[in-house]
Amino acid sequence: MNLESLYQEIILDHYKHPRGRGLREPFAAEVHHVNPTCGDELTLRVQLDGDTVTDISYDGQGCSISQASASVLFEQLVGESVSNGLATTDAFLALMQGRGQVVPDEDVLGDAVAFAGVAKYPARVKCALLGWMAWKDAVSQAVAAESPEVAP
Amino acid sequence: MTAVHAPLSGLLDVEAVRADFPILSRTVRGGNRLVYLDSGATSQKPLSVLDAEREFYTRHNAAVHRGAHLLAEEATDAYEEARATIAALIGAETRELVFTKNATEALNLVSYSFSNATAKAQHGRALPAGAERFVLAPGDEIVVTEMEHHANLVPWQEVCDKTGAVLRWIGVDEHGRLDLDHPEHGLDAVLGERTKVVALTHQSNVLGTVTPVRRVADAAHAVGALVVVDACQSVPHMPVDLEALGADYLAFSGHKMLGPSGIGVLWGRYSLLESMPPFLTGGSMIEVVRMEGSTFAPPPQRFEAGVPMAAQAVGLGAAVDYLQALRSADDTLTGMAAVAAHEHALTAYALESLAEVPGVRVVGPADTESRGSAVSFVVDGIHAHDVGQVLDDRGVEVRVGHHCAWPLHRRFGVAATTRATFYVYNDRRDIDDLVAAVRHAQSFFGVA
Repeated sequence: MNLESLYQEIILDHYKHPRGRGLREPFAAEVHHVNPTCGDELTLRVQLDGDTVTDISYDGQGCSISQASASVLFEQLVGESVSNGLATTDAFLALMQGRGQVVPDEDVLGDAVAFAGVAKYPARVKCALLGWMAWKDAVSQAVAAESPEVAP
Repeated sequence: MTAVHAPLSGLLDVEAVRADFPILSRTVRGGNRLVYLDSGATSQKPLSVLDAEREFYTRHNAAVHRGAHLLAEEATDAYEEARATIAALIGAETRELVFTKNATEALNLVSYSFSNATAKAQHGRALPAGAERFVLAPGDEIVVTEMEHHANLVPWQEVCDKTGAVLRWIGVDEHGRLDLDHPEHGLDAVLGERTKVVALTHQSNVLGTVTPVRRVADAAHAVGALVVVDACQSVPHMPVDLEALGADYLAFSGHKMLGPSGIGVLWGRYSLLESMPPFLTGGSMIEVVRMEGSTFAPPPQRFEAGVPMAAQAVGLGAAVDYLQALRSADDTLTGMAAVAAHEHALTAYALESLAEVPGVRVVGPADTESRGSAVSFVVDGIHAHDVGQVLDDRGVEVRVGHHCAWPLHRRFGVAATTRATFYVYNDRRDIDDLVAAVRHAQSFFGVA
């Protein structure tokens, strides 16, 4: 395991040139997530049109892994259906929690496969997940807001 | 960077010290030499501490302060001898030393004395004589500083939430010193007749700043407040003289001073300990127990509920013996004075070396005046997590993040810093490796 396999070019590129960064209107839900061990934080908004994710906008500060991960998230999930987005999230979560033993599926994960090396550094997994957990939280709030019936 | 350094006065014989710490000879991350610069989080342990714990378990193990058999006697003696050894280190009376699981628990013990006494007083329940000074009324004030570790901040916020007391704080100036003369956040502005507690660190775990505890304590006592000092970063690193300090309570951890984890210390003036209600309750801490209610043992037993961590206490006693037996290589200093001189020289060298690296900014005093060996810094253009990752890849183990001092980082407008801390087993080669790794991080991330 070396630094280059952790900090893949794709990650450094997303870090230096984040896609979709900045908070935008309109949005169906907004969340603010922090990583209490390091103080990294992210505000993330989700906008839906029916079942389609039409925008994920975000702003925050943190390490290269957390910021690049949010940028990849934007690129992978905007334009997808909510269920596809959540499936990708599950695959990313499984990859991150696999301690380097999970073989990533590039068809599902796209650029997010570049984070495979992070799974070998348990202390950095939370960094990679910051944006994805924020998105998961925000989209569930957005979906709940669109369907006002209260679950029994 | 030259590899050979001229000897400095007061330095320890690091090669000899390192031989006592087997962990320091292991390699990390692909065969790199381990450069351990995270002693501010926890220190490594010498063989003598491990041997003392092993000796306790292999020869004397029994539940302390229980039973009348031989092993119980030996275990109790070993535990109480450790208490005496540690008390002597800081010039305390043995009976004034309470063992806790760590410094956080020690600070909570004091803070809970206030909320517990207040709750009991509200219901007219029995309190020890003299406990009135622990009873808080809404509007009473607790004073902390902006440079506190969360362990000496959050417990006081909790006391305020439980009693209606108000938290106030002394500010920090741009050099990382307490801003004691500030018109709004200074001593005169913050302390008043409602001040009941002043809680402050002796040495910042982030900035390295050694605070003028005596001056703060005198001002606190002048308004009738009690002074609680977080000594986690001072007792392991310098001679601490309780009488000169002027505090009423002092808390520190064993694991930061070559001792085992799971043991901390609270020192308190005996008259105060005597007037405090208990904190954790149960076995060992009682005087008489009836179904209708209980009375409590005198300190320190009142605050040591349950079977205590005897092996850890013995280990900490051995750690204190180890520290006190250290001598500077030129034989001019011994014990904690030798430790302090060694770290002082390393800190000066680290500050000079880091100052030569463009794009690196130390957060905290830039000189070694009243300054300990925590050196925190930011590297322009690289988040501390990423700095730490590159350093770790080269075997340099530092702490990154807010170091449990989030408000202090906010004060300096940074989310996270990289922190190197030095101890008796570090030398200038470690600092050379640190600086080289920081330069490597800059080139890896393309910021230099």
